Amino acid sequence: MITATPTQHEPKNYINSDYGIKSWLLTQDHKRIAILYLIVVTAFFFLGGLFAVLIRIELATPAGDLVDSNVYNKLFTMHGIIMVFFFLIPSIPAILGNFLIPLMIGAKDLAFPKINLLSWYIYVAGGVFTLYALMRGGVDTGWTFYTPFSTSYSNSYVIATGLGIFINGFSAILTGLNFIVTIHRMRAPGMTWFRLPLFVWAHYATSMIQVLGTPVIAVTLLLLILERGLHIGIFDPALGGDPVLYQHLFWFYSHPAVYIMILPAMGVVSEIISCFCKKAPFGYSFIAFSSIAIAVFGFLVWGHHLFVSSQSVYAGMVFSMLSYLVAIPSAIKVFNWTSTMYKASVEMSTPMLYAIGFIGLFTIGGLTGLFVAALGIDVHVTDTYFVVAHFHYIMVGGAIMGFLGGIHFWWPKITGRMYADTWSKLSAIIIFVGFNLTFFPQFILGYLGMPRRYHVYPPEFQVFNVLSSAGASILGFGYLLPFCYLLYSLKFGPKAPANPWGAVGLEWQTSSPPISENFEVTPVVTQDAYQYSTREEVKVG
Amino acid sequence: MANHPPETEHSTTHHIVPTRVYYGVFAALLVLTGVTTWIAYIDLGRFNIYVALTIAVIKASLVMLFFMHVRYSSKLTKVIVASGVFWLMIMFLMTMSDLATRGWMRVPGR
Ligand SMILES: [Cu+2]
Repeated sequence: MITATPTQHEPKNYINSDYGIKSWLLTQDHKRIAILYLIVVTAFFFLGGLFAVLIRIELATPAGDLVDSNVYNKLFTMHGIIMVFFFLIPSIPAILGNFLIPLMIGAKDLAFPKINLLSWYIYVAGGVFTLYALMRGGVDTGWTFYTPFSTSYSNSYVIATGLGIFINGFSAILTGLNFIVTIHRMRAPGMTWFRLPLFVWAHYATSMIQVLGTPVIAVTLLLLILERGLHIGIFDPALGGDPVLYQHLFWFYSHPAVYIMILPAMGVVSEIISCFCKKAPFGYSFIAFSSIAIAVFGFLVWGHHLFVSSQSVYAGMVFSMLSYLVAIPSAIKVFNWTSTMYKASVEMSTPMLYAIGFIGLFTIGGLTGLFVAALGIDVHVTDTYFVVAHFHYIMVGGAIMGFLGGIHFWWPKITGRMYADTWSKLSAIIIFVGFNLTFFPQFILGYLGMPRRYHVYPPEFQVFNVLSSAGASILGFGYLLPFCYLLYSLKFGPKAPANPWGAVGLEWQTSSPPISENFEVTPVVTQDAYQYSTREEVKVG
Repeated sequence: MANHPPETEHSTTHHIVPTRVYYGVFAALLVLTGVTTWIAYIDLGRFNIYVALTIAVIKASLVMLFFMHVRYSSKLTKVIVASGVFWLMIMFLMTMSDLATRGWMRVPGR
């Protein structure tokens, strides 16, 4: 596979094929655009993390001694907005999906390379708007922008931030559209739908949500801006509007948005587990179709965020029942992954540590999701730390573990370098421990009745808050480690071979890093994905 | 792989539409905008909303079918467009499942 040239020159690849800032900022190569995304998304991650650090320092003591309540409101709002819209949603699709989907299906690029580049610029433009609002003083509505506070009472930069998220939405729509067309039209000869890697299936489902859901949040925020600026009366009861209508429209997108974050992570986990168990995932088609099922069911459950609003009891019952339905495809995945590991010779590599961590944390997050989907329990724990802990288990324990697992799995392919194995395993364990110490106490806090979004609390809650803040410092340290050793590996890491993990899949058959055209010749696919057993037979024979 | 797909397969997606169709659709959109404005001054009671929405749906359909070329597109494209409309219906239907059933419990606020 690797074309060894007799000269000392490094073989050409997508990184050294061209130099200079212009060659990056005007590139149409999906791999380079993925790197552009990686840089900006990482910057947003650490910015959002900085707000989390300030929140946890404030909450270490019951008194409000670090910041006043106004600043605290802005801290958790900016933390939420940046992490949700500028980190979690683009993280896996725009970086790993962008880089890997064409490689995995044997294509030269995405279907619309220019639109791909445009999506990055739109993302940056949306980010600039939001950062502008942040520097002028920020927003204090919470990332949910609930009316009537956001439309009538808040004295912060709601319109600028809303516009930033509105613009950013188009970036996600274009990425999703690009993936759908690419997966339909650009598959290599012989790459049938049921030979696609599960990562691609997961991204197909994610793209459906992005294309069908994101326009709704864009229009909703536009209506919010019009309501705040011009009082058009769509959410204001005094003008014939309905503030709960805002919550319906907001969660029509924002519940499925959780699946935009978690489905790609599930795709990553399927790839990692199969590779380090050296066998095909148990129940390929079940995992593939459960991704689609999650994407579809995910649109039918949003009302579970409105149980304590004026939503009717009947609608509440329907939404509660439908929410339980989503547990089925999610559980299918968890059972299939564990069945894949059953009796396999599991190699405990760094990506595998993250994948196993994902399964455990996602299961806790998913099961507590059933608690809050129950009408009665939800009344007790709504707007408490129980909910905060629940969705952080899904979004941090699930999506970020998947993201880091994927980054570690494909880092040799993306950069052509290997990272330090001991450091990476150590930090995976530090992150797992730090995460649980941060968020598990919050379940107890919430159940005991500590509400979210307050910066002062009764002294009896301090023990758990101190535990949580201590965990957060471990978690923060754990996130800094990969940043350091991965950067270090770029310069000093050993050169990565084309297939360091012995994985099957087209992306491992080309050089590391891949050439600009991805493959020397268009690959022809003759067998299903994950043919690990046949591969071994070939080796023996 | 170097072979290009035969041109006949491609020609269905690039249907040539005579310009008078575009002018016709444009004129229809203008007329319907006029009708919307005119009818806004007439009070039809509870039918105000139905009339306004019907005109809006007709206009949106014209734009999708002709300006966005859905009428001349492949079946797959039509399925994608239909799924977008279907998702919109989900949004309306399930939001109405709240709005239409409020007060059934005869408890204030429920
Ligand atoms: Cu939800």
